[in-house]
Amino acid sequence: MSELAIELKGIDKSFGLVHANRNINLKVRKGTIHGIIGENGAGKSTLMSILYGFYQADHGDIVIDGKTVNIRDPNAAIAAGIGMVHQHFMLVENFTVLENIMLGAEESQILNAGITKARAELKRLEKEYALEVDPDAVIEELPVGIQQRVEILKALYRRADILILDEPTGVLTPPEADHLFRILGQLKDEGKTVLLITHKLREIMAITDEVSVMRRGEMVATRTTKDTSVEELAELMVGRRVLLRVEKGEAKPADVKFSVKNLTVRDSRGVTMVDDVSFDIRAGEIVGIAGVAGNGQSELLEAISGIRRAKSGTVLLNGSPIDVTGNADPAELRKRGLAHVPEDRHHVGLVLKFEESENAILGYHDDPKYRKGLLLDVDAIRADAEEKIAAYDIRPPNPRLKTANFSGGNQQKIVLAREMERNPDVLIIGQPTRGVDVGAIEFIHKRIIEMRDQGKAVLLVSVELDEIRALSDRILVMFAGRVVGERLPDATEGELGLLMAGVEGRKEAAE
Amino acid sequence: MEFFQTFIELAQSTVRVSTPLILAALAGLFTERAGVFDIGLEGKMLGAAFAAGTVAYLTQSVTMGLLAAVLVSVLLSLVHGYASITQRGSQIVSGVAINFVVAGSTVILGEAWFRQGGRTPALTEDGRFGRITLPFADAVREVPILGPLYSGLLSGHSPLTYLAFLMVPASWWILYRTRFGLRLRAVGENPGAVDTAGISVIWLRYRAVICCGILCGIAGAYLSLSANAGFTKGMTAGKGYIALAALIFAKWRPKNILFACLLFGFLDAFAIRYQGYAFPLIGKVPVQFMQALPYILTVILLAGFIGKAIPPKAGGVPYVKER
Repeated sequence: MSELAIELKGIDKSFGLVHANRNINLKVRKGTIHGIIGENGAGKSTLMSILYGFYQADHGDIVIDGKTVNIRDPNAAIAAGIGMVHQHFMLVENFTVLENIMLGAEESQILNAGITKARAELKRLEKEYALEVDPDAVIEELPVGIQQRVEILKALYRRADILILDEPTGVLTPPEADHLFRILGQLKDEGKTVLLITHKLREIMAITDEVSVMRRGEMVATRTTKDTSVEELAELMVGRRVLLRVEKGEAKPADVKFSVKNLTVRDSRGVTMVDDVSFDIRAGEIVGIAGVAGNGQSELLEAISGIRRAKSGTVLLNGSPIDVTGNADPAELRKRGLAHVPEDRHHVGLVLKFEESENAILGYHDDPKYRKGLLLDVDAIRADAEEKIAAYDIRPPNPRLKTANFSGGNQQKIVLAREMERNPDVLIIGQPTRGVDVGAIEFIHKRIIEMRDQGKAVLLVSVELDEIRALSDRILVMFAGRVVGERLPDATEGELGLLMAGVEGRKEAAE
Repeated sequence: MEFFQTFIELAQSTVRVSTPLILAALAGLFTERAGVFDIGLEGKMLGAAFAAGTVAYLTQSVTMGLLAAVLVSVLLSLVHGYASITQRGSQIVSGVAINFVVAGSTVILGEAWFRQGGRTPALTEDGRFGRITLPFADAVREVPILGPLYSGLLSGHSPLTYLAFLMVPASWWILYRTRFGLRLRAVGENPGAVDTAGISVIWLRYRAVICCGILCGIAGAYLSLSANAGFTKGMTAGKGYIALAALIFAKWRPKNILFACLLFGFLDAFAIRYQGYAFPLIGKVPVQFMQALPYILTVILLAGFIGKAIPPKAGGVPYVKER
């Protein structure tokens, strides 16, 4: 018996020119929760994929429970007792829970024989770990928290002793995340080893025993959690001191710039996604919309920015109506002073195959400034792009580089620069820091506060509750398409969490 | 009584015409449920029909003809698999290419070998599938109603017809009651789930494609060894596409496939029987219209009457491991 559940020795992996993992050494003690933290692109996911047999390391050894193992494919990882809960669940959505759990571990050619056994085993696991699920429920009808439970059960069913969780809380409400942490604690008590990959410092501090920090493909430090601090970890992650608290002064709200009244939006299936939502935003304030992903925030953003047709309701921009139920034209809205940073920059915000400079004018390309007669004035466009690159510290500073080759944070800065530099009256921002690293988050947050201080009306939609609380002057919580509550940013996380889970909101709405 | 006789005859020809549709649609079911779209059913069937006609003529053996058909169809499936699974090419382009290659090369080879304008020489009884007469079929022929139903409709078909109808419940059982079926359906919905469960996505999809090849091969053999006595050029005449339409119409489910294929088969049988017939009130309907009827109805049915057909989620998308 070895003290260590996992030992990685000199793991090295390159994808073409990208050196994703450099000489990684890691020791994970048995029966502990070990956190791995790092910015996006630091190589955490690659390392875990190597451990789970998705990729083979170019060099290095993996030692599991004292034995050097060759993990060629996920099968070998499963045989070595490793289970993984992926960030995007690896579930077949139209299969039942039982079918998903059995997949790959069916025991016999004909299913019936295995089904009875699987059912019994599932019952036992449910009892042992308090992981209740209906084995006959279809995955797509289950909430994400339960789907994640199925993923954990899948690993336990395969007798995993080591459980890897990749960014497990991204899709969960705070109460669901707390529940997950309790389960992980229980697994630890049973002697299982848990590897938790995350970029959320708070989670690391809350439940891990030890934490390892990755930066640019290297393992830079391992600390005992109780002997370290959020500040130290952040600094290790980024490689310099970071300001974690957003500094902002008192808001000075002025006139109402943007007003939404009784807005109802249905999706293509006819399901009501936004249900009778009303709110105002004043000049000089940031209104945050909190909520778990999928509660209507995306549809709200699309409707008010003219991308999706609303069922009913009115929206006023600078006092004059937007035809949200008819043919609102995003281009015209831009001219009227509404800027929109879409949630999904890859599909809506940018054309990844275009050069940086082309994306920097996307949607504003008919501005006479960028035109020479019928043609685009390429020189003017590039000069303009260079100015923005300098102002927003976009790296690498090359307006002719393909946008796909910029990191997530820099891509987001390209979109922000494009929208903010138009000096809009109203700025609508969806998920400003999704997939953006800590260093860039700091910068983006500062810019958003600056916009507010210049007297813009800002609507901020984010699934990161910390971000909403740090930036907003008022917080609206959305649940199942409705605004279920309004709070000030000093509301506790617990209070907001209950609203996001729809628990408090129902009572409030009833009153 | 005359009406009843007509009904029996129409039903019997519906069964005959439906046979290749059922086999081809089930072939499509296996590959598409595994996430590999296959527009090349037509080409595989045609290639198989040619191989069956040629080999059955040369060997005077219907078994060899059938084996040759299956072999050619499986090889064509593997080409499609190599292009779309291993090389991650476009499944549509690969399927269309197979259709064109086969449509042309069967004629060229047929002409080079037999010099009969792209046909294979007519087969004698030894080179064709005989008809299976069910027990007592002749004895009960005269029993009213049940007699003709039994001897006229159920009895007297090619063994491949019985096989096709048996393949419907068999396919259901394979897809829903075996490990292979569970994995096959999973790989068509979320190959990532299959990969992370330690199962090879590539090998699984190849096996699905091979199943498709076998069934398409039987469908092709039926055309040249059972429905006809030898291969004639372009003899599939769009049956592969109709099978594909039936598959979509059936929402990728075995039981529905049976009904969809019988419906399309009936339309075809109806068109053949009533060519040049003067209908009351309408009068004589042009042959071309009757021939177009199954396709017109397909479009109408697909456009409005079946609700949303949701294809396997990972269909048409080559599997690439994500970083």
